[in-house]
Amino acid sequence: MLKDQDRIFQNLYNDKGSDVVSSQQRGDWVNTKEIIEKGREWIIEEMKTSQLRGRGGAGFPTGLKWSFAPKEVGSRPHYLVINGDESEPGTCKDRDILRFEPHKLVEGCLIASYAVQAHTCYIYIRGEYFIDGQKLQAAIDEAYEKKLIGKNAAGTGWDLDIYIHYGAGAYICGEETALLESIEGKKGQPRLKPPFPALIGLYGCPTIVNNVETIAVVPTILRRGGKWFASLGREKNTGTKIFCISGNVNNPCNVEEEMSIPLKELIEKHAGGVVGGWDNLQAVIPGGSSMPLVPKDKCETLTMDFDSLIAEKSGLGTAGIVVINKDQDIIKCMARIARFYKHESCGQCTPCREGSGWMWRMLERMAKGEASRDEIDMLGDVTNQIAGHTICAFGEGSSWPVQGLLRHFSSEIKKRNKFDPIVKEKKDIPYLVDQHLLDKNA
Amino acid sequence: MSLRRPAKNQPENFEFNSSALEVANTIISKYPKGKQQSAVMALLYIAQKQNDNWIPLAAMKYIGKFLDMPYIKVYEVATFYSMYNLSPVGKYFVQVCTTTPCMIRGAYKLVEACKEKISENESELSNNKNCSWMEVECLGACVNAPMMQINNDYYEDLSKEKTLEILDKILKGETPKPGSYRGRVNNEPENIRKTLMDLKNA
Repeated sequence: MLKDQDRIFQNLYNDKGSDVVSSQQRGDWVNTKEIIEKGREWIIEEMKTSQLRGRGGAGFPTGLKWSFAPKEVGSRPHYLVINGDESEPGTCKDRDILRFEPHKLVEGCLIASYAVQAHTCYIYIRGEYFIDGQKLQAAIDEAYEKKLIGKNAAGTGWDLDIYIHYGAGAYICGEETALLESIEGKKGQPRLKPPFPALIGLYGCPTIVNNVETIAVVPTILRRGGKWFASLGREKNTGTKIFCISGNVNNPCNVEEEMSIPLKELIEKHAGGVVGGWDNLQAVIPGGSSMPLVPKDKCETLTMDFDSLIAEKSGLGTAGIVVINKDQDIIKCMARIARFYKHESCGQCTPCREGSGWMWRMLERMAKGEASRDEIDMLGDVTNQIAGHTICAFGEGSSWPVQGLLRHFSSEIKKRNKFDPIVKEKKDIPYLVDQHLLDKNA
Repeated sequence: MSLRRPAKNQPENFEFNSSALEVANTIISKYPKGKQQSAVMALLYIAQKQNDNWIPLAAMKYIGKFLDMPYIKVYEVATFYSMYNLSPVGKYFVQVCTTTPCMIRGAYKLVEACKEKISENESELSNNKNCSWMEVECLGACVNAPMMQINNDYYEDLSKEKTLEILDKILKGETPKPGSYRGRVNNEPENIRKTLMDLKNA
C-alpha cells in the first residue's frame, strides 16, 4: 500500500478544509515562484522525467503534450483549457479535486500556463457540478486576493487569469475539441483532427487541453521531483492515481493509490470487498464505462495501469472501477451503458448516431431473450462498423463495452436467445437490424 | 441523441431583469473581445434561472440579439445540451441517475419512489405543481450510488425509504440537507478507511 506521505491529495476526504490557508499548510503555493523561476524547459523536462500520463482517459504523456505548444508566441495568444467535464459513468475523481483540493488545481493551472505560455486559462466544469464549481470559484477568488494569480501571479512576473466555464449536460464535451466548440458557444460536436488543438484550438489559437487530475498533480511532482513520481508504479505507468470504486462492493469509495496496484487489493482492502464475497464477482469494468469489462478469472491477477489493461484488451481510462457481482444481469448492465451512449451521441457521424441506438435496442432485446441467434454476430458487426469510423473516440467508447460483453459473455447471450431469424420463415422480408418491429406487424 | 422539444405554450416576450443583466455583462467580459458568443451557455442558464427553471423561445431570441448572434445558433445550443429545460419543470426539479453504477445499486427503487410521490410519468408536475422528476444519465457521483440531484444539490447513498422522506419534504416546500444519507463523510470508505488516518484523527 502507498505510504500516506506519498499521497498527493492529502485532503481527498476533506479532513482539513479546502481554503487557501489550510491548503498552504499542506504545502500548496509554498515555493511556486522558485519552481517557475527554474524556467519552462526545466518544467517540461521534469514532467517528461515523471512520465506522467494524462488522467482523462487517453493516457497521453503530459510533458510531451506541453512541448507541442509553439515555442514563440505569435500573433495569436496561447490558451490553457482544463477539462473538468467528468461524465464517464463510474468516474467521480475530479469532483473531489474541485471541492476539496481546488488550490492544487489553481496552482497547477499557473505552472502549466507558464509552461505553455498562456495568459488565460478556462476551466470547463460539467454543469451538474455547480456546487463543486462554486467551491473552485471561491478558491480562485482567494488566489486573486492573495495575488497568487492575476497580474504578476505569485510574484513570478507572469500574468494569468482563470475563468470557469460551465457545461450543460453533454458527455461529448469531455472530448477535447468538442469542449473547445462548447467554450466558443456552439454545440459540442468534435472537430476533425488534424489540426490538433496545440496549434489550432480555442478561437483558432494554440491551446493545450488537460484533465483536472493531470494538472492538479503537477505542483507536487515539480516540488518533489519527476524522479520521485517516476519511482512509483512501473515504467511508463508511473505515479499515483485516484481510483473510484463503485458498484457491488461493500464500501464504495475514492482512494488515491499507486499505479499498477492489483485490482484485487483495491477492491478487498479499500472497498471492503465484493458484496457476497470475492467468489460472487462476475465482472469488473476497470476504467469507466467506455472500457471493455474484464471477467472474474482475469480479475484475480489484474494490475491497474495503462499497459497491463491494454494487454487484457481493456484500458485504464479514467480508473473508474465498476464492480458487477453475480446478482446482476450482465446483459442488462451493458444494455444500460449502451442506452447511455445512445443518449449522449452528438449526432455528427452517422455510424455513431444510428449505431449507438441499434446497439442499445439489440442489447435490450438480448437481455429479455427476444433476439435471434444470429443477431449476436450482427451486433459484433455493428460495433465494428462504428469503431474507427467516426470523427472522435466516442465511436470506440460506445462499441468497446459491447465488444467486451460479446468477447466474454457470448455463451450467456446465446443461452438466452435461441430463436431462428425470422427471415428464415418469411423470405420476402428484407433483412433488418430492427427485425423485432417486423415481428409485431407480421 | 435525445429528443428535445420546446413547450407548446410560450410567453410572447422575455427580457433580463437588472440583476441578470449585471451578471450577463460580467460573464461576457470573461471572453476575448468579439468572442461574446462564448457566453451563450451561461446566458441560457441565467434566463433559465430567471424564468422558473425553463427557457422559452423568446429568451433564445433575446439572447441572440444580446450577443449579436443568429437566433438559430442559440436555438441549436439550447436544444443540444440536456440541462436546458425547454418546457416548464417543477420548482423542485428531481433528477435520478439510473446509469449502470447507480442502477446496480438500486437506482430504480428511487424511480419507484418518485413515481409514488411525485407523478406517474417523468417530466410531469406533481399534484401541488411544485415538483417534477426525470431519469438522467450519469451525474458523476458513482461511489455515492444510488443518488439524485434536486436543483443544484446532490443527495447521495440513498435507499427507497430515504428517498421517500426527501420527497415528502420537498413536496411540503422544504429543502432537505444534501449529501450522504448513510452518514458517511464525503467519499471515504466508511468504517474501513485505511489511508490518511493521521489527518482524520488530528
